[in-house]
Amino acid sequence: MGRETSSAPASFISAVRAVVWKDLAAELRSRELLSSMLVFALLVVLIFNFALELDPQARLTATPGILWATFVFAGTLGLNRSMAIEKDRGCLDGLLLAPVDRSAIYFGKAISNLAFMVIVETVVLPVYSLLYNVNLFQPGLLLVILLGSVGYAAVGTLLASMAVQTRTRDVLLPILLFPLLIPVLIAAVKASAGFLAGLPLADVAPWLNLLLAYDVIFIAISFMVFDYVVEE
Amino acid sequence: MIEVRRLVKRFGLKTVLRGLDFQVQPGEFVALLGPNGAGKTTFLRILACLSRPNLGEVSIAGCRLPGQAAAVRMRLGVVSHLPLLYGDLTAEENLRFFARMYGLRQPEKRIAEVLGLVGLAPRRRDLTRTFSRGMQQRLAIGRAVLHDPDLMLLDEPYTGLDQDACAMLDTLLGQVAARGRTLVMASHDLERAAGMASRLDVLSRGVITASARCDEMDPSQVQAFYRQATEAPRGA
Repeated sequence: MGRETSSAPASFISAVRAVVWKDLAAELRSRELLSSMLVFALLVVLIFNFALELDPQARLTATPGILWATFVFAGTLGLNRSMAIEKDRGCLDGLLLAPVDRSAIYFGKAISNLAFMVIVETVVLPVYSLLYNVNLFQPGLLLVILLGSVGYAAVGTLLASMAVQTRTRDVLLPILLFPLLIPVLIAAVKASAGFLAGLPLADVAPWLNLLLAYDVIFIAISFMVFDYVVEE
Repeated sequence: MIEVRRLVKRFGLKTVLRGLDFQVQPGEFVALLGPNGAGKTTFLRILACLSRPNLGEVSIAGCRLPGQAAAVRMRLGVVSHLPLLYGDLTAEENLRFFARMYGLRQPEKRIAEVLGLVGLAPRRRDLTRTFSRGMQQRLAIGRAVLHDPDLMLLDEPYTGLDQDACAMLDTLLGQVAARGRTLVMASHDLERAAGMASRLDVLSRGVITASARCDEMDPSQVQAFYRQATEAPRGA
C-alpha cells in the first residue's frame, strides 16, 4: 500500500510563518480584532483628552502613562479575541495536533499579536500627537514602544493561552496579566518619559535594559512552558 | 498500532479513566462505545497527544507518549464533532495552512486531491463559515486525511449531520479503512458502528468492559452486548 503523499515535519521557522500567515490572512478578511482594538484605543485617547484638561507641560508629563494605559487595555482586547478564535471552533486542538514543536505555535501567535499591537500603535501615535500637541515620533520613544510591545505580546500570548482554557477567560486574562506586566509598564513609562523630556541616553539606559531583560526572560519562559500550558 | 496499559486520568478529584487497557492492530477499525461520561473523549484526547495521562503507558506505532508525541502526531488524523477549521479562511486556505504545518512536499496537488475526495472542489474558494455543518465536517475529514495518516481518531464524527452527510461520511471512512488505515471511532450509534467497524469495544466506568469482533457477532446481538457491558455490577 503506497502512501498518497509525502511529508516531513515542518521546520520551526516554516511552522511559525504558517501560523503568522494564517492569523494575518484571517484578520485581513474579518477585521474583527483590529477594528475593536483600534476603536477602543482611540476612544481611550479621546476620553483622556477630555477628562484631563491639562496645560501643555502637564500633557507632556501625562503622555507616557496615557499612552501605555491605552496600549495595554487595547492589547488585552486583542489577546482575548486572538485566542478565542482558536478555542471557539476547536482550532487550538487542530494546531496542537500538528507535528511541530509547540513553541513554534507560541511564537507564531506572539508575532501575530505583536503585529496587531504595532498596527494599533501606528494609528494611535499620530492621532495622539495631533490631539495632545506632543511630538511622539522620536527614535528613542519608538524603540521603547517596540520593546514594551514585545514584552507585552510575549507574556500576554502565554497567559491568553492559559486563560482561554477556562470559562472566565475574559475576566481571567487581565487578572493574570496585569500584575506580571508591572515591571514592563514601569520601565516603559519611565523610559518614554525620559525620551520625551529629552534626557540623555545614559539616564534612560537602565530602563531600556530592564525592558530588554524582561523580553528575553519572558520569551525564554514561554518557550519552555507553552507545551505544558496548552496540554490538559 | 496502539498499546495502552493501566491508563489512569484524573481531573481534580474525579477519576475518569481507571487503569484502562487497550490494544489495536494495524488496519483494524475499532468502534469505541459507551455511555455519556464514560471517558471516550478523554481517552481519544490522550491518544491524540492533547492530554497527558496521570499514570499508565501509551505507545502508538512503537512511539511512547508523551515523549515521542511529535512523531506520533505526524501519523495521526483526528476528526471530532468540532470542525477544527478557521471560519475566516476559505476551504483551500484552511487546507493550505495545515499542509504547511504538516510539511507536505506537494501541497497544492494534495489539496486539490483532498477537496475532490470530500466533494468540495467547487466550493474551494468559499469561506468555511458559510458552509453547512455537513460541508464543514467533510472539510474536517479532508484536513484529517491531508497528510495520509496511518491512524485516524474519530470522536462522534456524525454529531449534527443530516442523512446525506452521514452517508458521505460512511463512504469516506469506508475508503480510508479499505486502504488499510487504522481507525478508532467513539460513537453512540450502535448500528452504524457495528456496520462499519471490525471490532466493538465498550468503555464504561473508565475501563474497557467488553470487546467483540463484528464478524463473530450477529447484528441483532449488538444491543444486548452493549447493555450487558454497560450495566453497573451488582453492589457497585
